[in-house]
Amino acid sequence: MMPELGKYAGAVLGSYAVSIALIVVVVGWSLWRAAKVRRALAVVEARAGASRNG
Amino acid sequence: MIALLIRDMRLAMRAGGGFGLGLAFFLLVAVLVPLGVGPNSTVLALIAPGILWVGALLACLLSLDRVFALDFEDGSLDLLVTAPIPLEGVVAIKALAHWTVTGLPLTLVAPVLGVLLNLPAEGYVWLVVSLAVGTPALSVIGAFGAALTVGLKRGGLLLSLLVLPLYVPTLIFGAEVVKRGAEGMATGTPLALLAGITAGAAALLPFASAAAIRINLR
Amino acid sequence: MSLWEYSNPQKFMQLSRWALPWVAGVSVLCLVGGLIWGFFGTPDDYKQGSTVKIIYLHVPAAMMAINAWVMMLIASLVWLIRRHHVSALAAKAAAPVGLTFTLIALGTGALWGQPMWGTWWAWDPRLTSFLILALFYLGYIALWQAVDDPDTAADLTGVLCIVGSVFALLSRYAVNFWNQGLHQGASLSLDKKENVADVFWFPLLVCIAGFVLMFVALVLLRTRTEIRLRRMNALLARERMG
Repeated sequence: MMPELGKYAGAVLGSYAVSIALIVVVVGWSLWRAAKVRRALAVVEARAGASRNG
Repeated sequence: MIALLIRDMRLAMRAGGGFGLGLAFFLLVAVLVPLGVGPNSTVLALIAPGILWVGALLACLLSLDRVFALDFEDGSLDLLVTAPIPLEGVVAIKALAHWTVTGLPLTLVAPVLGVLLNLPAEGYVWLVVSLAVGTPALSVIGAFGAALTVGLKRGGLLLSLLVLPLYVPTLIFGAEVVKRGAEGMATGTPLALLAGITAGAAALLPFASAAAIRINLR
Repeated sequence: MSLWEYSNPQKFMQLSRWALPWVAGVSVLCLVGGLIWGFFGTPDDYKQGSTVKIIYLHVPAAMMAINAWVMMLIASLVWLIRRHHVSALAAKAAAPVGLTFTLIALGTGALWGQPMWGTWWAWDPRLTSFLILALFYLGYIALWQAVDDPDTAADLTGVLCIVGSVFALLSRYAVNFWNQGLHQGASLSLDKKENVADVFWFPLLVCIAGFVLMFVALVLLRTRTEIRLRRMNALLARERMG
């Protein structure tokens, strides 16, 4: 199943590991930040809505 | 315009103005590198062009934040913006002043440091020529970085981060001129490219710098 | 119905809301599919052995590292000329993604070079250019962070992006000049499409598509975040004053 990587196994697997790790980091961070800001905005908007109507 | 030039130069030369600091730093680099790399004269001769150029570059960087910051803090930058001279001209003059108190002294002192670093004899002329042609670019590019960061309180480190990558072409061609000169090879191409960068930067960057200053003064 | 409609933040939020899941989904499909195809389904190169499998990451990442900067340049110009905030925020959003692609290109490039050239880092012109590009990205991101006022930050980073682009190009040529003596012709990237055999080319194409779509998805997501952040700060400022 696994291809015969031979002596280059370290380089190839290392490349895939590094790349996938970096992609996971940037995607994960972007998603986390998006959720955080959305929640914070909701809080501030609720306050603004309440003060306008209240 | 001349008045502005003289004023800036006088400010820089006054005590606390930073004049001499760049030169001292340049000397330090020339002393520290052999201490770090070892006294092997062949090795030193090989790396001397690069070390001298990197040293000059870093020494120029030291006094960059003063280019606009002092005037910004005491409000004179606002006055300069409204002066009859176009802001682009003001920027060019300030860059020229910076070069006169930083790049020019470095260029003149460099041969002495070349001795410390075992620069081959044929390299000295090219060292001075390349620095003379290239350090004005360092001042103009540095002024751009200073204009971008003039409003920031701790802008110094950010200034270095922004400016150093912009220095790369000048560094590469400048050091190449000295290297080829030291080996007795033709230096025409890198020297022409170096001059091109300096000319282009001097002609165009003041516009970008002026734009940055106007943005920061809003 | 012109593209300029989406410079309106609300319209942008509406469009990106339905577009994002699709783009992200197709991107994942292409990436996973392409990488699996390339990794498991292609032979070794007779010269480079199994390291040829690294192209499925290195080439798309390198391409996108450059394209991200070009997108930032265009977005910066649009902001400076037409003052559309979405444009400025999109440029801000794209930068960390571009930096990540640059790091992937550097990491895979170094790891690829190690067995080929025996050193962990080689000052190959392309790798060096990407290292300099990484520094440009860092400076751009740092400037956004350093300036408090968002419009001032957008303006300054826009100017920096434009000047930086010119110098990035100059650096590219300077670095080529600088490295003329060494490794002539033995560049890491398989940039000439004629040289890449079909068996490698098709999975590579899928991976490139995956990376492009990943960039688009991430920029859509991050721009939405920036727009929300801007709105939140505006509301907070109003609170403080009212």
